[in-house]
Amino acid sequence: MIARLSITTLTLSRGERTLFRDLSLTLAAGEAVALTGANGAGKTTLLRAIAGFVRPEAGAIAFTAADGAELDPAEARGRGLHMLGHLEGLKGARTARDELGFQARWLGGEAIDEAVSVMGLKPLLDLEVRKLSAGQRRRLALARLIAAPRPLWLLDEPLSPLDIRWREAAGEVMRRHLEGGGLILAAVHDPLPIPTRSLDLGAGR
Amino acid sequence: MSAVGVLFRRELALAWGGGGGPLLACGFFACLTTIVPLAAGGDLATLRPVAAGIAWLALALASLLSLERLFERDLEDGALDLLALGPLPLEAVVGIKALAQWLATGLPLALAAPVAALALGQAPELAMLTALAALIGGLGFAFTGALGAALALGAKRGGLLIAIVVLPLFIPPVVFGAGALTRAAEGLSPWPAMALLTAYALFAAVIAPPAGAAAIRGAQG
Repeated sequence: MIARLSITTLTLSRGERTLFRDLSLTLAAGEAVALTGANGAGKTTLLRAIAGFVRPEAGAIAFTAADGAELDPAEARGRGLHMLGHLEGLKGARTARDELGFQARWLGGEAIDEAVSVMGLKPLLDLEVRKLSAGQRRRLALARLIAAPRPLWLLDEPLSPLDIRWREAAGEVMRRHLEGGGLILAAVHDPLPIPTRSLDLGAGR
Repeated sequence: MSAVGVLFRRELALAWGGGGGPLLACGFFACLTTIVPLAAGGDLATLRPVAAGIAWLALALASLLSLERLFERDLEDGALDLLALGPLPLEAVVGIKALAQWLATGLPLALAAPVAALALGQAPELAMLTALAALIGGLGFAFTGALGAALALGAKRGGLLIAIVVLPLFIPPVVFGAGALTRAAEGLSPWPAMALLTAYALFAAVIAPPAGAAAIRGAQG
């Protein structure tokens, strides 16, 4: 599975506007990179390009296995990548249990009980998602990363709605993920509670 | 459980949950077929020759109802990204969603269709054939409808756009389906028309997944 993410001379545009040119980045197993930059600098677009939703103007995004073999991008994205954006993909009318169950199993995971206990979701499971607060919804969304183990995590402002206690808990989850050979690329404004390299996309517009 | 089963069960739960879409489609279908005798006069001699045609028109319109939400709700809340990052290609996701749409909306409508046709004066012995034709036609409606829903993704007033994209594609199944029943009512064999109806439904089932997946990728970018 994915052990290295290589981005070489990547140029991304949104409509007519070029967000950045010639960005290169290598992320190896066990590493985390915090993506910083002003609003509109292209953090989210970069994450979406890695997930395969945005076609790069130029440059390449490659996923490499532990033995050095390059992975088929569609295969790597479909089995080795978690994307957690501003929109959490949760249906308001369904219960937290239904939604976590679907998301985890769809993404190939069965460790739902563990995810529930780590993210403290037990009392929330029978509530409809629309009744949860922003922080509770985020914990529910983070739970799928634990329930379905995939190596590369693309996180967009993962901690912003969380309170201090759950920020620490989420930091602990990320630390364990890195120790297990995971990779994290996170767009952030506040520093993550784990050691990271930093990549600044600049001032934006 | 396999990814196919996981997604299929979720789609069925979404279709039935939150307002019961299939019941809504059946209610709409019943309203339409009730209005026709009121508008055209309740004389069975007038209604009987057009019963099959009216039932099929109502079927086509009722099949449009829940299409707007099919992909749009998943785009709005970000679940479409999640579906794209699953183990199955987007083409399969579109196919599974269309099949679930068929089971959730097409099947109840196929059960309601003979009753409606009967109320419009169709001969009772055609009930089985009406249900079978509506079931096969419903497969065509579900797949062409899914394609239309994917093409209208992200557009303002998408529901109206879907109707305009999809209704012309509904013409062949309406022609074949209503034609089969009219021929049967005249004592001719319905099976040539049924074969064409089945061929159209299978054609839609082959074309819609890749075309719909391409439209979704465009909407996500």
